[in-house]
Amino acid sequence: MSNDKDATSVESKGRRYFLIGMTSAASVAGAIGAAVPFVKSWTPSAKARSAGAPKICDISRLRAGELLEPMPAWRGKPCFIVGRTPEDVERLKTEQDDLADAASEKLDRQPAYARNPWRSRRPELGVYIGICTHLGCSPKHRSEEGDFYCPCHGSRFDLAGRVVKGVPAPDNLDVPPYSYLSETEIIIGVDEEDLAAAKDLDDAPERA
Amino acid sequence: MAASSPAGPLTRLMAWVDERFPLTRAMEDHATKYYAPKNVNFWYLFGALSLVVLVMQLLTGLWLTMSYVPSGDGAFASVEYIMRDVEYGDLIRLAHSTGASAFFAVVYLHMFRALAYGSYRKPRELLWLIGMAIYLVLMAEGFFGYLLPWGNMSYWAGQVIVSLVGAIPFFGADLMEWVRGDYGISDITLNRFFALHVVALPIALIGLVFIHIVALHHVGSNNPDGIEIKDHKDDKGVPLDGIPFHPYCTVHDFQATVAFLFIFCAIMFFAPEMFGYFLEKPNFEQADPLKTPDVIAPVWYYTPFYSMLRATTFPMFGLAAKFWGLVVMGAAILMPAMLPWLDRSPVKSMRYKGLASKVMLALLVVSFFVLGYLGTIHTTPLTTAIAQVFTLIYFAYFVLMPWYTRVEKTKAPPERVT
Repeated sequence: MSNDKDATSVESKGRRYFLIGMTSAASVAGAIGAAVPFVKSWTPSAKARSAGAPKICDISRLRAGELLEPMPAWRGKPCFIVGRTPEDVERLKTEQDDLADAASEKLDRQPAYARNPWRSRRPELGVYIGICTHLGCSPKHRSEEGDFYCPCHGSRFDLAGRVVKGVPAPDNLDVPPYSYLSETEIIIGVDEEDLAAAKDLDDAPERA
Repeated sequence: MAASSPAGPLTRLMAWVDERFPLTRAMEDHATKYYAPKNVNFWYLFGALSLVVLVMQLLTGLWLTMSYVPSGDGAFASVEYIMRDVEYGDLIRLAHSTGASAFFAVVYLHMFRALAYGSYRKPRELLWLIGMAIYLVLMAEGFFGYLLPWGNMSYWAGQVIVSLVGAIPFFGADLMEWVRGDYGISDITLNRFFALHVVALPIALIGLVFIHIVALHHVGSNNPDGIEIKDHKDDKGVPLDGIPFHPYCTVHDFQATVAFLFIFCAIMFFAPEMFGYFLEKPNFEQADPLKTPDVIAPVWYYTPFYSMLRATTFPMFGLAAKFWGLVVMGAAILMPAMLPWLDRSPVKSMRYKGLASKVMLALLVVSFFVLGYLGTIHTTPLTTAIAQVFTLIYFAYFVLMPWYTRVEKTKAPPERVT
């Protein structure tokens, strides 16, 4: 406590608190402003974004019941492009009891055109992000069992990337946006509606 | 320093310094006239050993940065270069990797000591909380460092742990992208983890260790009897059961350091991989985003918590199991911070606590080891069930503590240390 009369008077105290308050508020605002570049610099750079450009894949060599090899990667994530036999497709329609989300009710897991029993544009071909929705391992395709099995924590997905009940993975595999360029080529990372826009220089697609 | 003879040059130098910097006073306050309880035992060596390991890590780490290349193309090759071509590079690198495990080993023993003798109790709550902060920073430091060799386990363990961020509702996906700076773990992630590992976190660690010691020297060490030596002082204010830290404790710590380094070197020379527990097999292959190792397991010092994460397999309240796994793991790591307020026992030390406290502490240690082991192996429904049981036991130690420490029968601690 100061003995100074002016410093202890109510009026001057109020003024002092006001000044302290204003200075603090201005400093906080300044600190938030100064934090923006530091926080923002952690978001994907222009280079990282362009490396995430759409990818064109040749599907002419893919046979039913197989997974496209070598596995293409889009945005650094492995993509499962799986060919399905008519029996596989039939199975996807009928065997749904074990599945956690058979009807693809979680909307952000796939584009609208993949909300069907085979979770793809065409039943005979499925495109999935090969990253387990549990903790990001890459499941393995098992052709005999006709499923995807994650070796890390034992999660299982059917040939439409739908997760079975009672495994650690909470969700179906993601379906990336993709479109058919022709009967033998698909492009991953862009919807048909956006194909024209994707031809911009910035987003030049890359051939897998 | 006899009054008749003139002071020697060293004495005059000290006097010159002391006028300008409190050197003699600092040495007295923190060493020659800082009093430690005379009954501290084996368990009190691990604090000093943690400091020894910290210095070793800083030294070997600094040397490693001189040859390491933090880039996706260069990292793995530069570690091989260090191991094969740099003079004594293998020794420095293995000292650093063995040092990481040694750090956690001594810190866990140091923490166990605090649990056994009630070192977290009043007036050492802040000392304990600062220690918990050190532990958290150490875990982050270990995690960021683990990505740097850019081996396949580095990559996939990083992928798994970073994707935990994605389990946070609403912001998860954006936050994950922000942490990685890319759509997956990449070069960019590696670079920022390197910066955090070698600059940001070591500075934080040194700062926290400093205030940990400041707080310790303010309240003084606890001891195996869990009573305050400051309650009984002689007429000069020196605790009757205290001994000067220097030379009595320093000489013990020095002996312990020699013994520790002996074991450390034996491991570093003959079993630096520790059968895959210190350096994991898949990490001898370069990171491959398209190929997951068969079993992803973190290094041993995280596996108890990793087990709890994996054991949380059911969704609750409309939120995914993965999110609850994150919550359980986070709670398990942070739970010890609550100890000063959970322990309601009239006594501090396990020596005078009742049977319930002893059984619970033993169960905690058992659950830590069982969960630690389970975290290194493939999960099966059986291992998951076992992990769930031991996760409950782990939490029971903390959650039930206010109850069992109050109802159990305790012994009266002695007035003076034994």
